[in-house]
Amino acid sequence: MLDVKNISIVFNEGTVDEKTALNNINLSLEKGDFVTVIGSNGAGKSTLMNVIAGQLYPDVGDVLINGKQVIHLPEYRRSQFVGRVFQDPMAGTAPSMTIEENLAMAYSRNKKRKLTFGVTKSRRKMFKEYLQTLNLGLEDRLTAKVGMLSGGERQALSLLMTTFTDPDILLLDEHTAALDPSRAELITGLTKKVVTDAGLATLMVTHNMQQALDLGNRLIMMDKGQIIFEASGIDKQRLTVEDLLHEFQRIRGEQFEDDRVVLG
Amino acid sequence: MFISMFGAVESGIIYAIMALGVYLTFRVLDFPDLTVDGSFVTGAAVAALAIINGVPPIIATILAGIAGFLAGTLTGLLHTKGKVNALLAGILMMTALYSINLRILGQPTLSLHTEATIFDQLGNVWGAPIDNMLNSMLGIFGLERLPSTWGILIVMLLVTVIIKLITDYFLKTEVGLAIRAIGDNKRMIRSLSANTDNLTILGVALSNGLVALSGGLIAQLGGFADVGMGIGMIVIGLASVIIGEALFGTKTIARATLAVIGGAVIYRMIVTLALRFDFFETGDMKLITAIIVIIALISPKILKTQREKKRRIEKRRALEQEIKEVG
Ligand SMILES: Nc1ncnc2c1ncn2[C@@H]1O[C@H](COP(=O)(O)OP(=O)(O)OP(=O)(O)O)[C@@H](O)[C@H]1O
Ligand SMILES: [Mg+2]
Repeated sequence: MLDVKNISIVFNEGTVDEKTALNNINLSLEKGDFVTVIGSNGAGKSTLMNVIAGQLYPDVGDVLINGKQVIHLPEYRRSQFVGRVFQDPMAGTAPSMTIEENLAMAYSRNKKRKLTFGVTKSRRKMFKEYLQTLNLGLEDRLTAKVGMLSGGERQALSLLMTTFTDPDILLLDEHTAALDPSRAELITGLTKKVVTDAGLATLMVTHNMQQALDLGNRLIMMDKGQIIFEASGIDKQRLTVEDLLHEFQRIRGEQFEDDRVVLG
Repeated sequence: MFISMFGAVESGIIYAIMALGVYLTFRVLDFPDLTVDGSFVTGAAVAALAIINGVPPIIATILAGIAGFLAGTLTGLLHTKGKVNALLAGILMMTALYSINLRILGQPTLSLHTEATIFDQLGNVWGAPIDNMLNSMLGIFGLERLPSTWGILIVMLLVTVIIKLITDYFLKTEVGLAIRAIGDNKRMIRSLSANTDNLTILGVALSNGLVALSGGLIAQLGGFADVGMGIGMIVIGLASVIIGEALFGTKTIARATLAVIGGAVIYRMIVTLALRFDFFETGDMKLITAIIVIIALISPKILKTQREKKRRIEKRRALEQEIKEVG
């Protein structure tokens, strides 16, 4: 479903600030794959997400979605297949527009936008049903401005907006990091649910090692622009946080360094 | 007095179309577009030139709107594809349009006094009985100088309201929602597969189309098009938007656009009132406008902090009272 081939990207090449953010990354995701991504600060996790989403253009390499080359498609065209939830709860919704208007915009993601009403009676009914699955009571606040919602509610809405039109690829970049623990847990639960329900190919960056182990069927560890460790299936299930730290030390010969890491 | 206020409302309603355009860029797209000073004149110039060359006034007015649409398209292209800062893109287009407008006009001022404008034609169709009826109703209040025709006011009110309703509808369509999201959260709407560049261009083009349409009508109302008639137009548009929002609120789109129209009319009335003082001269209008905008921008904030202060004092007093009662 998603193929990332030989992706490399260097920032500020030829200057003192030169930085190899991604160094020959190869990655393949099947439909239904849920890959958690961990790695030290500046490992290139967000850069990889940005390359897949089309926000960044790599120096070399290719991105294929459903076997089709998409590397030359601009971000807005690629987002027909790729859904994203950002770390910042403010990033995924339009604050001065209503909940139903936000959902209507998301509903148009994989369709051509037309000069017909974005919110119709039948759509409102459908939005209500989707909102009910969040269990946050948002279905009764369709005409409330999204700016009035809490960070957790906004993030839940963002997640729904990204997934209810069934994208092929779902990219989650620390999408629970800005929330307090109970809200983060709520969003994590919702994530698990939509991912298993929809059977998309998902990449999720997290700084919570235990979460990276608990969620998904595959795990990758990144460092200095490379994927240095991979585990899947039964191997992943057997892993512990200690194993991960140990692996890192064995491969890199140094301690895992991440100021935001949560060991579990 | 009544007759000058009547004139203020009459032109205010036409300027409201321009203000709706400014609302589209400044508020909806969050794009401070200064093209307005130029595109207003472009509209006036195109309409005047067309009418002088025998084009039916209604067609000439539509051509004015199209010319503004094209000017706005260029500003939008400059900003999105050329990656020029929004303010600078507008200033560049405004400057370029000055020369273009002069070329269209062929001379600094084109008079329409000998031509039949859209309003003259309207006067022929408009029934005098309606004027007589409305004027006789006013006569009851003892007003002596009465408007020569109500036709312009009523028809233009109708036209402006129709434009407002179309704008309201447009901003609720799938395309319109995406345009609003550009001003609210550009990154998000791009991640929802909207071509933000094209939508921005469309928004700026529509805005300037309205501005130029208004310019074309004002030229016909005043009977001339002048290369300098657009100076400060953007501030007038902003004044209308801000006054309207402050007085009528912005709770919904329909409310906000209505507020803009109200703001444009009230702005004209304020200027007319101000000019009645002998102290003020016509040339002071721009200064008055700037001051109105400054007051309208600052006073809501001052009022808010005052209200907050008052609330806090009251709360404290209530608490002290409580403590006293308990103690
Ligand atoms: N636009 C850019 N210009 C220059 N350097 C950049 C740019 N974006 C990222 N980098 C650099 O590339 C490296 C990888 O950044 P990236 O954001 O992908 O890290 P990350 O793995 O997401 O880290 P974190 O865990 O802190 O979010 C970092 O050293 C960063 O400073
Ligand atoms: Mg990151």
